Amino acid sequence: MEFLNNVINGISLGSIYAVIALGYTMVYGIAKMLNFAHGDIIMVGSYIVFILMSRTSVNPYIALLISIAACTVLGVLVERLAYRPLRGASPLAVLITAIGVSYFLENAALLIFGSQAKNFTSFIKFPSITFGGGAVVIQGLTIVTIVVSLVIMIVLTLFVNKTKPGKAMLAVSEDQGAAQLMGINVNKTIALTFAIGSGLAAIAGVLLCSKYPTLSSQTGAMPGIKAFVAAVLGGIGSIPGAAIGGLLIGIIEILSKTYISSQLSDAIVFAVLIVVLLVKPTGILGKKVQVKV
Amino acid sequence: MSELAKNSKKNLNKSVQSEITTLLIVAVAFVIVEIFKSVGLINSHVQGMLVPLCYYSIVAVSLNLVVGILGDLSLGHAGFMCVGAYASSIFSVVTKDAIPSTWLRFTLAIILGGIFAAIFGFLIGIPVLRLSGDYLAIVTLAFGEIIKNILGSIYVGYDSNGIHMSFESTSSLNLEEDGKLLINGPLGISGTPKNATFEVGVVLLLITLVVVLNFINSRGGRAVMSVRDNRIAAESVGINVTKYKLIAFTLSAFFAGIAGVLYSHNIAVLAASSKNFGYNMSILFLVFVVLGGIGNIRGSVIAAVVLTLLPELLRSMNDYRMLIYSIVLILMMIFTSSPKMIEYREKHGLHRKVKAGNKKNNVPKDAGGEENV
Repeated sequence: MEFLNNVINGISLGSIYAVIALGYTMVYGIAKMLNFAHGDIIMVGSYIVFILMSRTSVNPYIALLISIAACTVLGVLVERLAYRPLRGASPLAVLITAIGVSYFLENAALLIFGSQAKNFTSFIKFPSITFGGGAVVIQGLTIVTIVVSLVIMIVLTLFVNKTKPGKAMLAVSEDQGAAQLMGINVNKTIALTFAIGSGLAAIAGVLLCSKYPTLSSQTGAMPGIKAFVAAVLGGIGSIPGAAIGGLLIGIIEILSKTYISSQLSDAIVFAVLIVVLLVKPTGILGKKVQVKV
Repeated sequence: MSELAKNSKKNLNKSVQSEITTLLIVAVAFVIVEIFKSVGLINSHVQGMLVPLCYYSIVAVSLNLVVGILGDLSLGHAGFMCVGAYASSIFSVVTKDAIPSTWLRFTLAIILGGIFAAIFGFLIGIPVLRLSGDYLAIVTLAFGEIIKNILGSIYVGYDSNGIHMSFESTSSLNLEEDGKLLINGPLGISGTPKNATFEVGVVLLLITLVVVLNFINSRGGRAVMSVRDNRIAAESVGINVTKYKLIAFTLSAFFAGIAGVLYSHNIAVLAASSKNFGYNMSILFLVFVVLGGIGNIRGSVIAAVVLTLLPELLRSMNDYRMLIYSIVLILMMIFTSSPKMIEYREKHGLHRKVKAGNKKNNVPKDAGGEENV
C-alpha cells in the first residue's frame, strides 16, 4: 500500500512536470530551440502569485490569472528581445542566449525578492480521497493537479489540431520556409507558442509551489531541467509524449527518493535521460528525422 | 601554388606569433604581480584571489576548446573539475606520510587529477559526442550533476580490510578503529595540504596554453575545426569525426581536472555542492568563454581574470555582478551572431576578415560567420 501511495505521489509530481514539459516541447518543436529560461518563468509566475497573495487581499484565483497574464507577456517579451534577433543564427548562439536569459531572470529575482526563501501557502483546498480503509490516501492537491494537467493536455491537443493558429504551429514546426510561403506569419506563430508555453508555466509554478512550498530564485531551475528531461524522454515535439515523459520522470523521482536515496534521486533522473538518449534519442513517441546534405 | 604555400606559411608564422604573444602576456602579468607582491602593493584579499585566477583561467581555456574549437556546448566542466579535485585530494591525503617530498606529491596529484578527469571525459565523450547541439549541452549538464551528486553524498573510508563505501552515514561504513575516513559525505574531504601557490598555478596555466594552442594549430585541431564548420563535408573527405571530437573533449576534460586540483589544494575542506561544482559554475565558465570571444583562447584568460578580479575590486557592485554578466552574455550573442548584426557590420566595415588568406577569394556573405571574432 505504501508503494501505491508513492506511485500516486509520483503521478502528482509527474503531472506538474508534464505541464512544464509542454512548454519545452512546443517551443522546441516549433522554434527548434531549447528555451533554458522556461524553468525560471515558473519561478517568476510563482513569485507573482505569492506577492499578490501576501501583500494584497486579491482572491488567489484572480492572482493566478494575473500571474498567467504576466508570464505570457514575459515569455513573448523574452522571445521578441532575445531570441528573435538570433533567428537563423547558429544553434550554439541561441542556446547560450537562452542560458543568459535564464541567468538574468534568476539573478533579477534574487535582487528583487531577496535571497531568503519564501514559504508559499497553498490555496488549493480540495478534500482528499481515501481507499482501502485508510491505507491509500489521494491528497486533494494531487487530484487537482492531475485534473488540471489533463484538461490542459486535452485543450492543447484540440487547439493544435483543430484551430487555424494551431495548424499554423504544426506547419511552422514542419518547415518554416514553406509555411512562410503559404502565408503563415512565422514570427507571430512562434510568439504565440512562447505565450502559451509561458502561460502554462505560471500554472505549473502554482502547482509546484503548492506541493513543495519553498519559493526562491532557484525554484524553477531544477524542475525546469527535469521537465526538459521528461520532454526528451517522451519524444520532443509531441504533446502526449510530454505527458508520458512527465509521469515517468515523476514516478521515477519519487520512487528513487523513497527506496534508494533522497540525495541521489536527481542523479537517477539524469541517468534515465542519458540512457534514453543513447538507446532511443528520439524518445518514446518521437519521430525520426533524417538529416540531408 | 607557390603563393598558396607562402600564404599558409605566413598563416603558420602568424599563429606561432600569436601563441608567443599569449604566453608572454601571461608571463609579464606574472612578473608584475610578483613585483607588486614583494613591494607589498597587493593586499591580502587580492592575494587570496591569485590561485583562483589561475584555475578559472585554465578551466576557461579548456572550455573554450570545446565551445570554440569543437563547436559544442558543454555544461559539465564543473563536473570534470570536481573529479580532478576529488581524485587529487584523496591521493594527497592518503600519501601524506608515504611521500614526504611536497613537490613530488603535488606533481603526482596534478597528473593524477588530470588523468582521472580525462578518463571521465573520455568515457562520457564516447556516448555524448554522438549527440549534438542542445542534447549534448543537456547531457553534459546531466553528467556534471550526477558526478556532483554522487561525490557529494558518498562516504568512503579504508582500514586493514580494504576500502569501504556507503551512501548512508559514517557509521554504516563499519570501519575498524584504526580505519581512516576519506570522504565524509556532504562534509567532503578535509586535510588536503594547501600546496597550490600562484607560481604553480601560472606554470600550469602556461602549460595548458601551450598544449591547447599547439593542438589547435595541429592537424588534429584543424580536423576538429572542420568538423565544427561542416560535419558532413569533413566526414566526406575522410576525417574520423568521432576520433577527433573525442580527442578534443578528453583534452578539455584533462585540463578542467587540473583546474580542479588547484582548487582542491587551495581550500581547507573540499565538499561537492551546487555552489562550487553545480551547473551554475559551468555557466560561469561559459560566461568567461563568451566574453573572451568564442574560439579565442587568449580572450578566455583575459575574461576569466577580469571577471574574477573586477567584482572583488568593486565590492559595491557585487550584488549586480551576475545580473550584469547575464545581460552582457545576451547582448554579446546578439551582437556577434545575429544575422542582421553580421550584415550590418559587414556593410560598415566593422567585421574583421576571417583570415588574411581569404581576402582575395570571394567569400560568400554568410560564410564568414562567427569565426575568431
